[in-house]
Amino acid sequence: MDFVTGLRCRECGRAYPAEALHVCDYCFGPLEVTYDYERIGATVTRERIASGPRTIWRYCDLLPVADANPVDLGAGFTPLVRADRLAAELGLGELWIKDDTANPTGSFKDRVVSVALTKARQLGFKVAACASTGNLANSVAAHAARAGMESVVLIPSDLETAKITMTTVYGGRVIAVEGNYDDVNRLCAELTSERPSWAFVNVNVRTYYAEGSKTLAFEVAEQLGWQAPDHVVVPVGSGSQLTKVAKGFDELGRVGLLDEAPSVRISGAQAEGCSPVATAFAEGTDAIRPVKPSTIAKSLAIGNPADGWYALDVIRKSGGSCASVTDDEILEGIRLLARTEGIFAETAGGVTIATLAKLAAQGVVRSDERVVAMVTGHGLKTVEALSGTAGPCATITPTLDAFDEAFARLEEYDSKGGPTTANPSVQVARSN
Amino acid sequence: MRISIRVPTQLRTLTGGAGEVAVDGSTVGEALKALDAAHPGFAGRLFDDNGQLRRFVNVFLADEDVRFLDGLNTPVTDGQTLSIVPAVAGG
Repeated sequence: MDFVTGLRCRECGRAYPAEALHVCDYCFGPLEVTYDYERIGATVTRERIASGPRTIWRYCDLLPVADANPVDLGAGFTPLVRADRLAAELGLGELWIKDDTANPTGSFKDRVVSVALTKARQLGFKVAACASTGNLANSVAAHAARAGMESVVLIPSDLETAKITMTTVYGGRVIAVEGNYDDVNRLCAELTSERPSWAFVNVNVRTYYAEGSKTLAFEVAEQLGWQAPDHVVVPVGSGSQLTKVAKGFDELGRVGLLDEAPSVRISGAQAEGCSPVATAFAEGTDAIRPVKPSTIAKSLAIGNPADGWYALDVIRKSGGSCASVTDDEILEGIRLLARTEGIFAETAGGVTIATLAKLAAQGVVRSDERVVAMVTGHGLKTVEALSGTAGPCATITPTLDAFDEAFARLEEYDSKGGPTTANPSVQVARSN
Repeated sequence: MRISIRVPTQLRTLTGGAGEVAVDGSTVGEALKALDAAHPGFAGRLFDDNGQLRRFVNVFLADEDVRFLDGLNTPVTDGQTLSIVPAVAGG
């Protein structure tokens, strides 16, 4: 049994039943799931959660669909890793990485898709569809396969190879669209009117789908011993994840799962080549101007963010910030996280880490705060971004002499202040 | 100029269920006003109190967001398609 009381328009407050609706018929504002928090508070306990599965479904009381057998590949309950080496580099104190690269298809999207398709199946949909920058495509195709549903996934045609390959292997239909993500998204928004029997997880089922991101906040709090952190840094594409992380912490307080009322500063991370929210934050305006994205962080390349307004509002009210970083900074962020903590993130993770570094340098993220950075996708999905800058530091013949010679030259190179990481320019002892 | 306007599900109650309506006008704004004249109710749904497009209403002319063009003043040419699309999608 779920605790959903219905849907409500965030703009005009009109109420709707908990059906396959995502926007208000009157003003087109987004619909939000509403719950009976009193009843949840009387039911949910830390023990009840702890006895649940080690997936997002341990928080089912706070999710918009109840199902004893959800569409589930094991999303969630990913590691929260104490990151002392990274903290030392950035001059921070207590820093944690929420490592969502560990999800079944390698990104946080498994959280939202598991919720969306469980609800879609309950509503009677047989086809799972989406507009995706790649991670969602992977996850929808995989979960649809698991559920025995057909899938139709629409992506921009210039996506990273790994994301395309990984989507196709699950057997659904993958349609590449000549255009950017906003074009794909617009097409899908129109398609929902023409194909009402398809569940577009991030369009007509978006109201439920988005709720899955709350589990990031639930897990972080539980993994910190039922305490909310002081500051979280969240990547911003559509802005949905950031707003739902805030909602998640707020709900934990409402239903009595935290000892103290949460007071979490939430900061947003964007790529400079697609930073409509960071720009509005910097300019102090409420208006988010759509942009044409140009960045290697394709999973965040949403020029017209659906939840941009709300993300901006959450950031400002929480006392957080929103900053953007260049493509070079993104790559350095990926390398920094990998070499200090052994976590290989995709470009969006590079955005989070580089933004964290920038906000730490500015004193916005402080050393006296307990900080959590959301690393939401695996680096193997976007290896192209690092091509040309990552490779062996020597190529040798299979002899001890060749190894010794190459290693000596590398140590000499390093002692002269050369980079300690892979450097393809130091190709020594190559056989003729 | 005679153009075609694509109407999303949420507004098809105003068109008797039709997903596409032909109207006359020389700009995006005029075309939308003509749509409201033919099927009363559209103006209240699409425009805010200042006569601007509501923030969660996207309008595309030949697949381009009119906010990247000249907004409601964007000229239209004969045979073009204008799409009204709810903004809340994606991500």
